[in-house]
Amino acid sequence: MSPVHATHLPWDLQLLNACAALLLLLSFAMLSQRRIVTLVDLLAVQGALLTTATVLLAWRSAQPHLYVSACLTLALKVLFLPWLLHRLIRRLNVYWDSEPLINPAGTLLLGLLIVVFAFGLAQPVSELASTTTRSAIGIAVAVILLAFLMMITRRKAMSQVVGFLSMENGLFFGAMSATYGMPMVVELGVALDVLVAVLVLGVFFFQIREQFDSLDLHHLESLKEKP
Amino acid sequence: MNAAELAAQGLEVIVALAAAPLFLGWVNQCRAWLANRTAPSVWLPYRNIVKLFGKDAVLAQDASPLFRVAPYVVFSTMLVAAGIIPSMSTRLPLELAADAIALVGLFATARVFMSLAALDVGTAFGSLGARREMMVGFLAEPALLMVIFLAAHIASTTALPAISAHLTAQSFALYPSLAFAAVAFTLVLLAENARIPVDNPATHLELTMIHEAMLLEYSARHLALLEWAAALRLFNYACIGFALFVPWGMAGGAVGPIGLALAVPVLAAKLTVAGAGLALIETVSAKLRVMRAPEFLASAFLFAVLGLLVHLLLGAQA
Repeated sequence: MSPVHATHLPWDLQLLNACAALLLLLSFAMLSQRRIVTLVDLLAVQGALLTTATVLLAWRSAQPHLYVSACLTLALKVLFLPWLLHRLIRRLNVYWDSEPLINPAGTLLLGLLIVVFAFGLAQPVSELASTTTRSAIGIAVAVILLAFLMMITRRKAMSQVVGFLSMENGLFFGAMSATYGMPMVVELGVALDVLVAVLVLGVFFFQIREQFDSLDLHHLESLKEKP
Repeated sequence: MNAAELAAQGLEVIVALAAAPLFLGWVNQCRAWLANRTAPSVWLPYRNIVKLFGKDAVLAQDASPLFRVAPYVVFSTMLVAAGIIPSMSTRLPLELAADAIALVGLFATARVFMSLAALDVGTAFGSLGARREMMVGFLAEPALLMVIFLAAHIASTTALPAISAHLTAQSFALYPSLAFAAVAFTLVLLAENARIPVDNPATHLELTMIHEAMLLEYSARHLALLEWAAALRLFNYACIGFALFVPWGMAGGAVGPIGLALAVPVLAAKLTVAGAGLALIETVSAKLRVMRAPEFLASAFLFAVLGLLVHLLLGAQA
């Protein structure tokens, strides 16, 4: 039998793979974390990992525009958005999410199934891709779906926003590993989109709380106002 | 099979027997230091065992033969396990007897006998401890198996000595999958050896104990054997961890007396570090409620499966 292949990889690809694996692990950490403050910190760490991966990939593939997007990720997802979210948490005074819809162990096992599904889903895609990082596409898909699961199982608006941002991180990582990043215009557009979305959602938080005295989103499910 | 390999095999079992209580004593000493207490001597487990062997055994009135046999079964399974796990040499004649999966089965046998014996006398604490032990066991076993599957997949064999020989031979590389597996294995080790986040080995507080609850009815030589077996189990788990994750420094290939002589201090160094690490983990973590143990072990399973999946995905590119 052939020995393991990872030994033949150059060190920067090994580091990239480690980053990818850590991103996946972080998704699970976010899935099981109920303290919103920690959740935001985890999001910042995810952004930092993404920055590292982008820089490594930029160095490896000699694509200078990836450096720009790494800087963008650093500024936006590691520094600005976590700061903004922390500020919102303080002002809205939401530190804990309420009980998730599925119990924690169940969520984790469901997450595992999703990872298996995502890896299967990404298999044909990564066979078509020509980048050196194509095997990480599966991880990117898994990160996206796990963030999706997190948005589904959480009740508080704040953790859903964190899930949304984490999903965006997954998309970014997927684009990076499939095609060495999107064109600069698209990337700038997406970054702006996310920024505006979070700002608008921040305003929404206050509106929701004013209306219902809570950030629990199940209040939004009934169509009529309570008498 | 030659004389040198047989000697290595014999040495491994003897070292395991002799050093297991010392390792336990070392962990206890580190724990005491970290908690700012005056540490008991590292030799305390030996004195305990000797003292217990010198006493007369008392058996419960309703105890069946199973109750008397269980300590011997548990102790001998741990001894056989010590023979299979490569701690100093990767050439073991006994490796043909059982692979890593059978090893998990051996641990399960010990656990089943332990629990049956605890249920046998019919005391409330015994059955409570036995049921909790089975719960922890059935949750920890899949995680342990997943860790072993991952290592077996990397080395394309399920024989533990061959796995560590394969891992030693490789050039250094970053294995995210093995790192995940190491975390999972540490969690399993804590749970299976009744260490702090799951069970507190130092307590006899009724509501929280698992392992100690099963030993309550035992005395004298039976208790001595069971305590020795518990120490051996911890030693065995530590050695499995070394074999999978830090296999360097073992005598491989043609086993010579020099290789073995070098492997002993390396093992001692690994055990010293691992014992201190274990004590540190136990000191900084709080005991979980029994209800939270499934969550703890689910995360161990998660780490192990993630390691396997990541290996299948990222290791597949050549």
